[in-house]
Amino acid sequence: MFVRLLYESFRRQKRRKLLAGIAITLGVAVATAMIAVATDIGDKINRELRTYGANLLVTPQEDTLDVEIGGVNLKPPSDGSFLNETDLPKIKGTFWRHNILGFSPMLPVSVSVANSTGTKDASLVGTYFAKKLTFGKDEFTTGVRTTHPWWKVQGDWPADNSSDVLLGEHLAAQLAEHSGSLLTIDGQPHRIAGILSTGGPEDDQIVAPLSVAQRVLGKSDAVRRIYVSALTKPEDALARRDPKTMNPELFDRWYCSPYVESIAYQLQEAIPHSHAEQIRQVAQNEGTVLSRIKGLMLLVTLAALFASALAVSAAMATAIFERRREVGLMKALGAGNFAVAALFFAESTLLALFAGVAGFFAGSFLAHRIGRSIFDSQITIQPVLFPLILAIAIIVTFAGSAAAIRRAVQFDPVFALRGDA
Amino acid sequence: MTSQDQRSVVDRRAHSDHTSMFLRMLVRAAVVRPGRAASALLAMVVAAAVATAMMNLYVDVQAKLRKEFRSYGANVVAIGKDGASLPADALSKIEGVLGGRGMAVPFAYVVARAASGQSVVVAGTDFARVQKLDRWWSVNVWPDGPHQALVGMRAMQVVSPAGQPFDLTFQDRAIHLEPAGTLQTGAAEDSRVYLPMAEFLAWSGVQPSTVEMAANGTPDEVNATIQQLANALPTADVHPIRQIVEGETRVLGKTRSTLYASAVLIILTAALCVLATLTGWVFDRRRDFAIMKALGASERMVGGFFAAEAAALGAVGAVLGFAIGIGIAAWIGRVNFNASVAPRLSVLPYVFAGSICVALLAAIVPMSLLRRVQPAIILKGE
Repeated sequence: MFVRLLYESFRRQKRRKLLAGIAITLGVAVATAMIAVATDIGDKINRELRTYGANLLVTPQEDTLDVEIGGVNLKPPSDGSFLNETDLPKIKGTFWRHNILGFSPMLPVSVSVANSTGTKDASLVGTYFAKKLTFGKDEFTTGVRTTHPWWKVQGDWPADNSSDVLLGEHLAAQLAEHSGSLLTIDGQPHRIAGILSTGGPEDDQIVAPLSVAQRVLGKSDAVRRIYVSALTKPEDALARRDPKTMNPELFDRWYCSPYVESIAYQLQEAIPHSHAEQIRQVAQNEGTVLSRIKGLMLLVTLAALFASALAVSAAMATAIFERRREVGLMKALGAGNFAVAALFFAESTLLALFAGVAGFFAGSFLAHRIGRSIFDSQITIQPVLFPLILAIAIIVTFAGSAAAIRRAVQFDPVFALRGDA
Repeated sequence: MTSQDQRSVVDRRAHSDHTSMFLRMLVRAAVVRPGRAASALLAMVVAAAVATAMMNLYVDVQAKLRKEFRSYGANVVAIGKDGASLPADALSKIEGVLGGRGMAVPFAYVVARAASGQSVVVAGTDFARVQKLDRWWSVNVWPDGPHQALVGMRAMQVVSPAGQPFDLTFQDRAIHLEPAGTLQTGAAEDSRVYLPMAEFLAWSGVQPSTVEMAANGTPDEVNATIQQLANALPTADVHPIRQIVEGETRVLGKTRSTLYASAVLIILTAALCVLATLTGWVFDRRRDFAIMKALGASERMVGGFFAAEAAALGAVGAVLGFAIGIGIAAWIGRVNFNASVAPRLSVLPYVFAGSICVALLAAIVPMSLLRRVQPAIILKGE
């Protein structure tokens, strides 16, 4: 009898059930989309923050002091020690390799450039642009195009295996050169692939593939420093502790958290005779910005959950309030309060289940669209979200119906049937 | 009751206009059955509050986030052309252009020789300003006395490995310094020795060649500032630090779009909720509707009455909701940004108009349904 009542209620009041169902679906969809976006926004914004460039710098351990003003190094280029280029792919062998988005080696050297207007001393920096490297079975592409996204090139980026160069825009203006022409660097002709604009010291320099700088220096495997861009977790009390003072258990936890400090430690392990250090300007600030944005989205998500809970309760309350007459009839025929309430709750649960599933998929689609249009990437929807959302839908529907059901049950059947609402 | 009294009542009624009856009906409708009216009003208030809070946040949060991004330090730099020093009044000119909407820190550099014969870069600056601009500098003790220097981590190993006082020579002029604290940034600063500007000038005689600035405002405002600075300082090369400016634009843009999408979703949900509740409320009052019609009220009169009622509900809900919404926005500002979100009155007209529109829309749907029904059928209770 109970099942039949339930079934008939859905069969006969299709329009009313549909309306309540739509309200729940919409509410659940908004909640799903917002939770999905809020849980994923940390990762998305973290990636966007990498626009600020590398957050780690690897230098030789026994390096001499840099004598650098305004990005121009006044130290003789052959001074000091070097890292080995052959060690670079090992960066992708560290524990947090998936968090390392890219790295660029740098090798500054002094050269004299000559063209029809005369000769001039300049600095040349050898680096990777978008170099294909392999480590074990992994193949990856890395270079300044990943780690220095604010570098703009007019013309083409040089190929890493060519001897083409990029000319900084100030230097290009001084030399009256443009992309495509030939420039004599230390007696060798090089094609200018493009004009580089960075808003930094590179505007007065020449940027070339690493092998070109190594040839000028006469050291075939040398790298002066490596910029590493990694996704990190905001610093906390554990991150700031000195790993030497930790017990093994704590050390494992520290080592297996993507703090900028532990990634620096692992880079030092991977590259022999190196010293890795966080670039504090980039590394320290991204934590604050990230936590602010995450906090904001969390609060906004709460507002969204609240609004959708309200929409669902309002729809349920209205739907039940309209059925006082039915309650009166059931009670007049001898149904107890419990039986009536059970019927209504069963109906609500069923409705919440169907609408919750529909709303989850609609919400996933919505989150997908938001990810596509704003971040150009997929927003991952954790599978655990599905039961969570269903539970929330049922609880909210229950809570929304409870007050209305209580009122409907307490109503005197005589008045209900007479129509005195 | 005397005939005198009776006449006065009749008089009063004859002379009072229709609006008072109309108003009375409006007010009584809410007073007689407070429960239903209150639940409709509650939905209205909540929706208006959520909408207000979201709009307020959307407008204000960009300014707040921009402020956070200023912790990345300078976004504009002025450098003397071809490595020359800036004129002595450069800093005051720059401060004049910035006018309190930013911060400027001068830097002067020379290459000095340590006692060991090694070259080291020595910089003169204003420590109080640096502390505010470059908040990521990790410094154990800031120098505050004469002959005290701030020494970079790597420079420390060269000039004063044991923390003892040291001498630096520039163009045969020596200076005796005490390392007050060490500096760590992970960048070029680690290899330098920093001195207070006055002491640096007295020793080396070299004027600042670089001024780093944090200019507040939108990208357009920053560009305008750069233009003004370039005009004020013809001997300097003023340019934005692209790394900082582009990073900020990008992250801010994405956050804004996400917030916008969320705000639209939330406001839509809230409007939907109001629509459902109000429709139910009006539908519920079909008896009033039928009685009015039975007593001879015209379609327009009844329609106008319900519309006015809905509009009044929307207006009251909007004003109450606005006040609550401002409170929510202020709370979010406090919790998340440790700064108050200024209430924006410019949001009020939108919330007001939106609330009334939604309320009217909610009244029109059931009205058009009821119009087709004969009052007798409703009164009979079928």
